[in-house]
Amino acid sequence: MNYTLQFGQVTEFLPYLAGGAWLSLQIAFLAFCGGMVIGAFGAMAKTFGGRVVRGITAAYITFFMNTPQLVQIFFIYFALPDAGILLSSYEAVLIGMTLNAGAYLTEIQRAGFQSVHRNEMEAAETLGMSLLQRVRYVIMPHIAKVLFPPLSNQYILMTLGTSMAAIFGVEELTGRAFNINAETFRSIEVFSITAVFYIALTLVASMSLGLAGRYLFRAKMRLI
Amino acid sequence: MLERIFSEAPDFFTYYNIIFLLEAMLATFLLSAVGCVIGFGSGFFLAVTRKTTSLAYLPARMVAFVFIEIFRRTPFLVTLMMVFFIFQIANVNISLFTVALISVCFIATAFISEIVRGGFDSVHQTQWDAAATLNMTLFQTLRYVIVPQAWKIILPPVFSFFILFIKDTALASQIGVVELTYAGKVLNNKGFSAALVFGSILVLYFALSYPLARFGVWMEEKLAPARNR
Amino acid sequence: MPQLEIVDLKAAYEKLVVLEKINLNVEKGEIVSLIGPSGSGKSTLLRVLIGLLPPVAGRVRLDENDIDYANKATLRMLRDRIAIVFQQYNLFQNMTVLQNVTIAPTKVKGRPVAEVTEEAKELLSKVGLADKFNAYPDELSGGQQQRVAIARALALRPEILLLDEVTSALDPELVNEVLDSIRLLAAEGMTMFIVSHEMGFVREVSSRVAFMSDGLIVEIGSPKVVFDAPTIERTKDFVGKILRH
Repeated sequence: MNYTLQFGQVTEFLPYLAGGAWLSLQIAFLAFCGGMVIGAFGAMAKTFGGRVVRGITAAYITFFMNTPQLVQIFFIYFALPDAGILLSSYEAVLIGMTLNAGAYLTEIQRAGFQSVHRNEMEAAETLGMSLLQRVRYVIMPHIAKVLFPPLSNQYILMTLGTSMAAIFGVEELTGRAFNINAETFRSIEVFSITAVFYIALTLVASMSLGLAGRYLFRAKMRLI
Repeated sequence: MLERIFSEAPDFFTYYNIIFLLEAMLATFLLSAVGCVIGFGSGFFLAVTRKTTSLAYLPARMVAFVFIEIFRRTPFLVTLMMVFFIFQIANVNISLFTVALISVCFIATAFISEIVRGGFDSVHQTQWDAAATLNMTLFQTLRYVIVPQAWKIILPPVFSFFILFIKDTALASQIGVVELTYAGKVLNNKGFSAALVFGSILVLYFALSYPLARFGVWMEEKLAPARNR
Repeated sequence: MPQLEIVDLKAAYEKLVVLEKINLNVEKGEIVSLIGPSGSGKSTLLRVLIGLLPPVAGRVRLDENDIDYANKATLRMLRDRIAIVFQQYNLFQNMTVLQNVTIAPTKVKGRPVAEVTEEAKELLSKVGLADKFNAYPDELSGGQQQRVAIARALALRPEILLLDEVTSALDPELVNEVLDSIRLLAAEGMTMFIVSHEMGFVREVSSRVAFMSDGLIVEIGSPKVVFDAPTIERTKDFVGKILRH
């Protein structure tokens, strides 16, 4: 193998890559927030809904959890125009990721709701707390503590998942790496620097979420 | 959209196309299955490495740690590109399937290693203490005490990871591995409508993933209640 | 010449010092009991001796050989000669009673399986478990599990046995069956360290009793002296409270 690594040419593109990383963060954040909203409704539907509502929610979750996000977005981007729904690649990716996240986040939130134990509720009741006080002082802290670690984990997986947007030409971190690669042909340098960006992004996320979880919600979380 | 699907369907579901799709489906399955089996072996090895305590193994522990953190925190697509270009530049003649498989192995090693480590740690400290005071080596402790108790904790999440990767290997279509998603792209390029093609691909993924997911749930429930032994 | 010498031993969990400065010599065949309020460092002393908690300072000498707890080889030698029985038994949950007892002699010491099994069955019979060879720990009562743990420790033929509050996790009616097993060992001349709250038992079997408080041995002497005529105020306080029960 006669190949010398030359990072010089690629380092010129660092600000360009950083811009892409910023877009990756935005996509992850928006899809996560959208997914949380869907997940909250989904979890409520699965817990309190009637048979039909529960069935529809279950079908939604089962479908999205058992098919690849990439093909879901292919479908949204390439097939929906046949039905008259024309979306930009960015919109298609965002909608696909949000719907996908919604399925996983429904399951996570539902498990969190279910973990509130009857004992704790009864203990709170015997202490003479009102419903509002029970929600405020017993249920919410408990749910936050239980939910925070898996939600953080999901967020970090989603940050990595945003790289898929590159396939649709969205110029986030991986998309911009493709562009630089096409221009410079320094493939190994480009993609290793891109990997370092992702490692940094997720490390910062792990650490800050871990600290927040430990000190705000007293959740047991590792920092790395 | 529906009219077009119905009119194209007879041309789409030909013997040749169905065989093509089934073969692609097999490739998807194998990519994840073989990757996870190999990843389990090497991930287990890394988890054991990280359990060592002596100073002599410190470099090995650090290498294991760095390897795991790198591949847990790099998107599969980027790993895939990296492996692809490294082999291209090295001018090594291997199939695209092998390139994708190697990438899966890297990621699976990192994630499964963390699952295995979590399984080791789930066995109560008293068991580790007892083994240590009986002069067992790390290897003996794992073999006779920890693994027999931890495998029930380890297996379900490893299986979940395998199912997760059945879907994630869709990205391998990007470098031209003929798996399910790539097959979809080929048929789409032949002129079949995206709705029909990708709809079918989604159904095939579902047919592969859903039974395995149900099996995983069944297995987890089966393993859960009896605490030990 | 003492079998075990402990000189200025100090130990800590993270920053919290739990053993300040322990000095103690133990002769072969002696039974030394450690008593004192919880948190005084009794169990910690045993954990340090067996190498589960590395000491911060001080020396431990076994038959005039210095023990370096950071050195795997000497730690191995030490654990070959000292065994411990834990408060929570710590039996291997995935193994039968017999396997629990035979695993270390066969796999660690490489002795022949038939011989070890024979010996293990004898040991288990001695502690009254002849009918439980193939039971799993979670099928046994606490007292039975604790007697398995004692048999497991003895199967390694240790010279010194450490007993860490072996009866405190047991229901009162099960305590005596375990104490009987220990009495048997005492009669055979095994060197023992006993951490226990069973004062009657301590008084009966011990050669010496050490009263510990705040990580120090405050007073040490024959059971008669420590229980009936302690010279130090703190010991008097503690013994007074205990005996009033």
